[in-house]
Amino acid sequence: MAKKRVVSATINGEVVEFLCEPRQTLLEVLRDTLDMTGTKEGCSNGNCGACTVLLDGRPVVSCLVLAMEADGSEIRTIEGVARGSHLDEVQQAFLEGAALQCGICTPGFIMQTEALLQANPNPTEEEIRFYLAGNLCRCTGYDKIVRAVQAAAQKRLATT
Amino acid sequence: MATADKRPYKVIGTRPVRHDGADKVTGRAKYGGDMRLTGMLYGAMVRSPHAHARIVSIDTSQAEALPGVRAVVTSADMPAQGDRVVELGEGAANMRHLTANILARDKVLYRGHAVAAVAADNVHIAEQAARLVRVEYEVLQPVMNVLDAMRDDAPILNDDVRTESLGAAPQSPDQSRPTNIAKHFLFEKGDVAKGFAEADLVIEHEFDTAMVHQGYIEPHNATALWNTDGRITIWMSTQGSFTARQQTAELLRVPVSSVKVVPMEIGGGFGGKISVYLPPVAALLSRKTGRPVKLQMSRADVFEATGPTPGSHMRLKLGVTRDGRITAGEAWIAFDAGAYPGSPVGMACMCVFACYDVPHGRVEGFDVCVNKPRTNAYRAPGSTHVAFAIETIVDEICEKLGLDPLEFRLKNASREGTRRVDGPVFPRIGMVETVQAIRDSQHYQSPLAGPCRGRGVASGFWFNVGMKSSVTATVNLDGTVSLIEGSTDIGGTRTSIAMQLAETLGIAAEDVNPTVVDTDSIGYTDVTGGSRVTFATGIAAVEAARDIQRQMVQRAALLWDVDPAAVKYDDGRLLGPAGKQFTFKELAAEIHQTGGPIIGSGTSSSATQGGAFGTHCVDVEVDPETGKVQILRYTIAQDAGTAIHPSYVEGQMQGGVVQGIGWALNEEYWYDDRGTMRNATYLDYRLPTCYDVPMIETMIVEVPDPQHPYGVRGVGEVPICPPPAAIANAIYHAVGVRMRRLPMSPPNLLSEILQRFQD
Ligand code: FES
Ligand code: FES
Repeated sequence: MAKKRVVSATINGEVVEFLCEPRQTLLEVLRDTLDMTGTKEGCSNGNCGACTVLLDGRPVVSCLVLAMEADGSEIRTIEGVARGSHLDEVQQAFLEGAALQCGICTPGFIMQTEALLQANPNPTEEEIRFYLAGNLCRCTGYDKIVRAVQAAAQKRLATT
Repeated sequence: MATADKRPYKVIGTRPVRHDGADKVTGRAKYGGDMRLTGMLYGAMVRSPHAHARIVSIDTSQAEALPGVRAVVTSADMPAQGDRVVELGEGAANMRHLTANILARDKVLYRGHAVAAVAADNVHIAEQAARLVRVEYEVLQPVMNVLDAMRDDAPILNDDVRTESLGAAPQSPDQSRPTNIAKHFLFEKGDVAKGFAEADLVIEHEFDTAMVHQGYIEPHNATALWNTDGRITIWMSTQGSFTARQQTAELLRVPVSSVKVVPMEIGGGFGGKISVYLPPVAALLSRKTGRPVKLQMSRADVFEATGPTPGSHMRLKLGVTRDGRITAGEAWIAFDAGAYPGSPVGMACMCVFACYDVPHGRVEGFDVCVNKPRTNAYRAPGSTHVAFAIETIVDEICEKLGLDPLEFRLKNASREGTRRVDGPVFPRIGMVETVQAIRDSQHYQSPLAGPCRGRGVASGFWFNVGMKSSVTATVNLDGTVSLIEGSTDIGGTRTSIAMQLAETLGIAAEDVNPTVVDTDSIGYTDVTGGSRVTFATGIAAVEAARDIQRQMVQRAALLWDVDPAAVKYDDGRLLGPAGKQFTFKELAAEIHQTGGPIIGSGTSSSATQGGAFGTHCVDVEVDPETGKVQILRYTIAQDAGTAIHPSYVEGQMQGGVVQGIGWALNEEYWYDDRGTMRNATYLDYRLPTCYDVPMIETMIVEVPDPQHPYGVRGVGEVPICPPPAAIANAIYHAVGVRMRRLPMSPPNLLSEILQRFQD
C-alpha cells in the first residue's frame, strides 16, 4: 500500500485538507473520508454521471478523478448548491417539476445543469438533451428533467 | 388530460412538492450506500468466472492471512435448508435454491455467481483479499438459450428439478430424471380448433426477446450488524423491508423477529430489489467479526449477478374473421428462468391475450433453467414480452384486412365481464377508454410525412396487485398529522399516501408528515411493487384517517357534552348541534385536555388486482443505411383510475415508456458461447439517454377502480408493456420490415432490411 498524502482543496468554498492513498478516487474521498455522501455512486467507471461534481467549474465524473489530482483545486458538490437554507433555481425547479422519482441521479443532474447554465444560460431543448446525455436516469424518462432545466434557465434569466 | 376539475376533491389531483424533496435535491437523503457506522468493515464478494462449473475446493487461507482482513465466509457458513419451500410475500421460494444463489454450494450456475465473501478494514483490502481466495473449478458445458436448454441432451443445471405441471397441463411422464424445464403451464378456454376453423385469416409467427436488466442506477447494498444479543439489524435499499426481513431470517434460520430491516432511501428497483443477495452474507460476516459490515455491488455485479428479466422464445397464432373479429388465439411461451426456476412465464401466459376478448384460446408456458443469473421481476413481469408478440400480430392482421388498428382494438377489446383465457373475469376496466383517448389524440390525428417514417400503436395490460399494507397516523397539537408507513418510497409515494390521508381528513397535503420506518416500527407491509403502493397503502391511509375522524368526533362530543352521534365530521371540520363547530386545527389543540393522544391506524389486505391498461402511439424514423431508429414523437394514454398526484402518474408513464424504448431498441444481455456477458457496463449495455428520446406526451384516463375509496389504480408497471410492439409496428410502416426479435438494434434491424432488399 502506497503512503497516504495530504491533499488540500477548496470544497464548496471551504479549504479542506485530507489524507488519501494514490489509488483513491475523488468520489471515494468525498463519500468515505469527508462523509459528503450527497455525491452518488452508480457505476464507478464514468458511465452514469451520478457522481458529477464541478472541478474548477468544469463538470467531471468524480469516480474517474484521482483524489490527488484535486490538490489545489476548487470543487463544488451538491452540498454546496443551496445558498444557506435557500434552494437555488435548479433545485427548486427539480422539486416543483417533479423531476425526480428515486432521486439517486438527481445530485449528478443538478451539478451537470449548473455547469450547463453557466456555459449557456438559455439552452434549447436539443442543447439540454445533448449536454445531459452523460447522466443516466432510469426512472423519469427525462421529460420532467428537461422541463425542469428549462424552467430553471427561465427563472435565472428573469432574475438577472 | 387529467380531469381533476370535475371532482369534488381538494387535495387529490393537485401537485404538491414531495415531502422528501428537499433532502433529495440537496444530497441529504441517505440511501443504502450512504450508510456509515462506527467500526464498520467493508466487504467484497468472490464470484465465479465460469457460467457452469462444479466447485472442487475453496481455499481461503491466503485471503485470511492478508493484513486488514477480518473474516471470510463461504456457503459452509450458511445454514442448510433441506427441501423447504417458503412463502416470501412475492410468491413461494425453494430455500435450497435461494441459499445456493446467495453463496454457491457445490456448483456455480452463472458467471458472477457468489462463492465467498470477505470483510476487511477497507474496500481495497477486501477486494484484494477476494482475489486471493483460491477456488478450484471443474468447468462444465453451459447452456445459454432457452430452446437448447429444453432439449433432452442439454446440460442439466439443477439435479433436483422435475417439471411441475400447472393449470391444465398434464403431469410430465418422466419424473425420474432431472430436467431444466421447471414448470409447464397450460390454460385453455373454449374450443381452439373450432375457433380457428371460423377464422378467415390466421397469422402465426415466432418471436425472440433478449434478457434485459431493470437498470436502476443505485447498485445493491446492505450493511448488517449481528449484535451480541443475537439481534440482527440490516440497513439496505429494498423495495420491501418486510420481505427482505423474512428472506434474511429464513436464509439464516433465525426467528423473523430477531431481524430488523431499516429501509434506507432506494435508488430505483423496478422489481429487481425484492430478492435479497447481500444481507445474509453481510450478517454472517458481522457475526464472525462482531462489527457492522457493509457490502455493495459493482455495476458489473449488478448486471451479472442480480435478477434481470428473462429472454424468451414465443410462438403466437391469432385467427380473425374478415370483418376483424378475433375467433381464436394460441400461444407457446418459453422463458429462460436463469439459474434457478421462477421466471414470470405464468404471468406472461395470463397476459398474452388479456387486452382482447378471445373466445377460444390455448396458452402454454415453460419455465426453463439456463446458465444466466436467476431472473426476477421487472415492471409488469412477463407482460412486455407477450405484448411484443400479440400486438405486432394484431398490426399485421389490420394491415392485411385494411382495418384501422385502433378500431380493431375497440371491436375486440376486453371489457367488464370479459373472461380471460386463464379464467378470471374482468371487473370494470379501462382498455376501451385508453384506445379511444389515442384515437382522438392530436398525435394520432396529425399527419406523418417523410421517407422512412412510420407510426405504430400498441396496447398493454397488467394485473396490479393489492396485498397487505399498514399505516398509522398521529394527530399533532398544531393540527398537523404524522404518518408512518412501511412502503419504501421509490417514486414519490410518501406524498401520494399523505395526500389520501389529507383528503380524507380535509387538511392540506403539507400538513401531513409522512415517514417510512423500519420493520419494528409499523405493521406488516408488502413490497413496493405490483403497482400497489398508491392503491393499497392508500387504502390503509384512508382507513387510518377514518379512525382519526371517529376519535375526533368523540373528543368534540366530549367538549360539547353531546352524544357523539350528533357530531359530524365534514371536510376538516367537526359540526355539532346548534351550529357548534371546530376546525381540525382547533380541536387538535384540545386533544391533550380531552383524553390524550389520537392515533389512527389502518390496514389493507382484501383489495385485489383491478387491472391496468394503456395504449401507445409512436412515430419513428429509420435510417435504412444503419438500421438506427429515432423516436420522433410518443404519446401514451393510460387508465390511472384516479390520479392522486398527476405529476407522479405522468412520471411513471414516461419512465415506463423510456424503459420500454430501451428494451425495444438497444438493451440486451450479450453472451459469448462460454457464457460470459460481454456488455456488463452501462456504456456497452446502453440505457436510453436523454439525447435518445423526445418528450413523452401523456394522457391520463380515469376509470375509477371501485375497490379504492377514491378510485385509484396502480400506474407503475403497465407503461413498459406496449413500447416494443408499438415501435416494431412503426418500423414496419416506415420501412416495410416486420421485426420479431428484440432488441431492434441497428445491426438486427439492418440485417432484416438488407434481407428484404435481397428477397
Ligand atoms: S459513478 Fe461515476 S459515472 Fe457512475
Ligand atoms: S430519479 Fe431514479 S434514476 Fe433518476
